[in-house]
Amino acid sequence: MSIETNETFRPKIVAFCCNWCSYAGADLAGSSRLSYPADVKIIRVPCSCRVNPMFILRAFEKGADGVILCGCHPGDCHYSTGNYYARRRMTLLFSMLDYLGVENGRTRVEWVSAAEGVKFSQTMNEFVEKVRSLGRNVRLEDLRCRN
Amino acid sequence: MQELRERAAALLADGTVDRVLGWRAGDMPWNPEPAYFETQESLRDFVYDGFCGANLSKYMIEASKLDGKTLVCLKPCDTYSFNQLLKEHRVDRDKAYIIGVGCRGKLDMEKIRAHGIKGIRTIRGAGIEEDEKTLSIDTIYGQKSISYEDAMLSRCHVCKGKEHRIFDEQLGTSKETQDADRFAEVERIEAMSPEERFAFFQKELSKCIRCNACRNVCPACSCRKCVFDSTKFDSAQKANSDSFEEKMFHIIRAFHVAGRCTDCGECSRVCPQGIPLHLFNRKFIKDIDVFYGEYQAGADAESKGPLTSYTIEDVEPGIVGERG
Repeated sequence: MSIETNETFRPKIVAFCCNWCSYAGADLAGSSRLSYPADVKIIRVPCSCRVNPMFILRAFEKGADGVILCGCHPGDCHYSTGNYYARRRMTLLFSMLDYLGVENGRTRVEWVSAAEGVKFSQTMNEFVEKVRSLGRNVRLEDLRCRN
Repeated sequence: MQELRERAAALLADGTVDRVLGWRAGDMPWNPEPAYFETQESLRDFVYDGFCGANLSKYMIEASKLDGKTLVCLKPCDTYSFNQLLKEHRVDRDKAYIIGVGCRGKLDMEKIRAHGIKGIRTIRGAGIEEDEKTLSIDTIYGQKSISYEDAMLSRCHVCKGKEHRIFDEQLGTSKETQDADRFAEVERIEAMSPEERFAFFQKELSKCIRCNACRNVCPACSCRKCVFDSTKFDSAQKANSDSFEEKMFHIIRAFHVAGRCTDCGECSRVCPQGIPLHLFNRKFIKDIDVFYGEYQAGADAESKGPLTSYTIEDVEPGIVGERG
């Protein structure tokens, strides 16, 4: 016997946003009354470079279905070069996840400036839609972290 | 081996070095272990043969803290690791007296066993000076033999060459044993479908017992405080159920040495479960080569590593999805 549920799948999305550009971009999206799905949980970080590859894996382990990293456009980093290092790290990490057979639509990097409220809202809508189509994250989850 | 032992004894005797870091015979002829020798008499136990696969460069981190010089025997590929440690200021060049020892490929006991050779009493032909093409093995089931190449560690089939990158003196002759493409295995996996790749790594990594041997042996894993020792890391141990944790452990382990890994192959050599751990490191090396230009960690002690530098035109992480 199974219980029929009518619930549609709502993915859990973690968005790491840098304090100087993307977090302000999210703020602008809000104050401009642009909508983006409530499934996106924003974590503010000082710089995209602050995001250790482990943060992303930990988010997945704890049940996130998708993780997106947003930072200043290359060349615009508040700390001059942080996002260049983040870009190399994320390229390698995403390539490794792909190598392990994890769907590469679950991870994304997007550069969003403080003036790009529209881009922020569009990116989040697209990303949530993409992750929703991929379904629940089962490959990267750790049962012990489920609550 | 005799020449090396005599040279070590002479350097100990004239006070050039205070100790010798080499290998000592183990309880079986095929498992010599890394060891320090402080007196000429103790050098009786010194061995150096085809089974001395251990990379001794990592021990120089601790040896650099001791008084006086340490004589260390490094094979050509070990000198890459030493260079890398030197670059990271983890070893002291002035505390090391490096003898670049000859190498004609190191042997893997598992390969010999895989050929159905069991009950081994003695093995001949594994010596470093001999240039025998076959190993003659005396077993309780009679005489067996296997070619030297077939018994070699898989890492030796992608040998980095016979050149010592750093040394004070060289002893013995080396041979380049490369006969396979370094990235062939990685490419084979890349060609699989995502489901096959996931199944492949699931199968391999589910063998992991989280003994941390791969971390502990790795010359690039030299942090004094390690993320895997953290009590705040709530998946510090192996889970009983299928879980992502073991994949995460191996991704992080390989990521922390990405751009610094010299591909010495120690991780795969020590793994008690036979997990091909080098496939993770080599994937990072391959990606770095493709995206940021060819780079061999440890080839010198000065160049900047690929993850501590950048260019304005670097590829975007989205390339991973685009290349399919």
